[in-house]
Amino acid sequence: MNLHEYQARTLLQAVGIPMFEGDVASTPTEAEAIARRIGGTVVIKAQVHAGGRGKAGGVKLARNPAEAADEAAQILGMTIKGLTVHKVLVVPAAEIASESYVGLIMDRESQRPVFMVSSAGGVDIEEVAAKTPEKIVRLAVDPTYGLFPHQALSLAFALYRDFNHVKAAAKIMEQLYRAFADNGASLAEINPLVTTPEGKVLALDAKISIDDNELFWRPDLGVLRDDSAEEPSEAAARRANLSFIKLDGNVGCVVNGAGLAMATMDLVKYYGGEPANFLDIGGSSSPEKVINALKIITADPHVKAILFNIFGGITRTDDVANGIVAATSQFKVAVPVVIRLTGTNEAEAIRILNGVGMTALSDMDEAVQRVVQLVREAA
Amino acid sequence: MSIFADASTRLVVQGITGREGSFHSRQMIEYGTQVVAGVTPGKGGQTFEGKVPIFNTVADAVRATGANTSVIYVPPMGAAAAIAEAADGGIPLIVCITEGIPVMHMSRTMPFVRSRGVRLIGPNCPGLITPGARAKVGIIPGNICSEGRVGLVSRSGTLTYEVVNHLTRNGIGQSTCVGIGGDPIIGTNFIDCLAAFEADPETDAIVMIGEIGGTDEQNAAAFVKEKITKPVVGFIAGQTAPKGRRMGHAGAIISGSSGTAEEKLAAFENAGIGIMRRPVDVVALLKDRKAGKAKGKK
Repeated sequence: MNLHEYQARTLLQAVGIPMFEGDVASTPTEAEAIARRIGGTVVIKAQVHAGGRGKAGGVKLARNPAEAADEAAQILGMTIKGLTVHKVLVVPAAEIASESYVGLIMDRESQRPVFMVSSAGGVDIEEVAAKTPEKIVRLAVDPTYGLFPHQALSLAFALYRDFNHVKAAAKIMEQLYRAFADNGASLAEINPLVTTPEGKVLALDAKISIDDNELFWRPDLGVLRDDSAEEPSEAAARRANLSFIKLDGNVGCVVNGAGLAMATMDLVKYYGGEPANFLDIGGSSSPEKVINALKIITADPHVKAILFNIFGGITRTDDVANGIVAATSQFKVAVPVVIRLTGTNEAEAIRILNGVGMTALSDMDEAVQRVVQLVREAA
Repeated sequence: MSIFADASTRLVVQGITGREGSFHSRQMIEYGTQVVAGVTPGKGGQTFEGKVPIFNTVADAVRATGANTSVIYVPPMGAAAAIAEAADGGIPLIVCITEGIPVMHMSRTMPFVRSRGVRLIGPNCPGLITPGARAKVGIIPGNICSEGRVGLVSRSGTLTYEVVNHLTRNGIGQSTCVGIGGDPIIGTNFIDCLAAFEADPETDAIVMIGEIGGTDEQNAAAFVKEKITKPVVGFIAGQTAPKGRRMGHAGAIISGSSGTAEEKLAAFENAGIGIMRRPVDVVALLKDRKAGKAKGKK
């Protein structure tokens, strides 16, 4: 789960990381009031779950409160990479002496949280990493012990020469690690970490992603989820415990298992069709899940046909069949449905479907070819 | 032979009285697996369906039954602790089926598992099955598998079943099928399984099923090129998946990779791995390679 910058700021400030004052606004009037409170020139920053905000025009300077209101009015409601901006962050436009990069990520390879820091911070950090990897200093943390003080210092020495800066940055490294570990983050990033002409070290921008598996026992983090930052159908799917991603095609797909769901989309494309979605109904199925899946898919007007591809293991195919029957009796599915199911309780599933005049195929390639053909005929 | 599970497998089920644990224990027993013990704290002394003794701890189960493999169906919040208990209890092979374990739990648990010198498969995996020994540890449906000489390793669950089903229906049996799991932190990776299949005299060819994301498949391809003499065919799921909106830069910096299907398929190609465009292609590719090997290689 991605957090907005203003939410990440709250988590970092909670562990004591120094940041410029600032606040979040949902309206131009609120932005104006915050700008007045801060005084001087401010920066208005769009709050969306996407990188490249500045390049997309979502970050603007405002010299006074009136300008802050104007700029906020421009940014609020704009679309960045398909996401609508509902909130802006207002912070002072401070003078900056240097910009560094500090990233902390759960690394698959070392199976540990890994720090990456560079004195060449800012928006082009990926280019720095690709062209001059020696400018990125890495350090893997053993989560059993956490970040040792000498490790925090070595990271800070990679960024600064002035020992006052080093001491301040080392403290921030320890605080960032604590925020990462205590909140079950998969990513925590300060870019840039800046020094001011007065010699302070502060975090100017922050990004945090929380491991979704933590949310089950961390309702305090769960409330930070911003439904409005998601595609509405994806938010509805998540509430129904379905893993769903909306795509641009017209073949609706209902599959059990993420790998098989991706392979099904690949096969739809292989036979000349375009998948309308990724949808994984998960391991243990229930008829309710199938009903919810069909509701979400049929709400997309681009969908011209629906393909079920179910390989029963934990998933009982008779549960899926019952769900299809229940769904089609509850609401009208106006497009053709092709069902492929095989595996656990297959005979019972076919009996259930046959009972209402539906049929099922057992071969995945045959089913995909059939559904692609049906979409062609509908066009 | 086979890898990881065979006729000597004596299984303890952690979470045997739970909903998933009891369902799959029945399936494993029915398949022929030697399920010698169950563990549910507080239910020690009882039996599972009148047949399998239940213990309070893994250590008790090992002492009483000589269990040498554990399978875990414990809910996500206690699953990492169950892995640690099995490692501490002297189990050399631990298979964790549980999905949804916080990654930080796994990051804290893996150093302990390694310090005990034991193997973990998973978490968030379907487990493994050796049809020739009737040894099933996990949830892979037994009826779609058949005894034979092809080894299969996969990051997926149901996609594995799809491929195994094609093999069996076309008369190609399997030595062992292993699902290594799709989580960011897993105990056994592609390379571990490839090395084990290479060393297994009962495996003639290897099928590798990967997904987009990460660099495991690329590393495995490099390993195949360097170390594997047996024919390998592979599939990557997610060739048409959209590129997600990325947050931050750290993900790209750490691996220097985007983890796309193209990148992985190029690595396969470079390593001489036969590329399955569709799951069903596994059959023709394996038959080709077998014929090619008989003619070409010594």
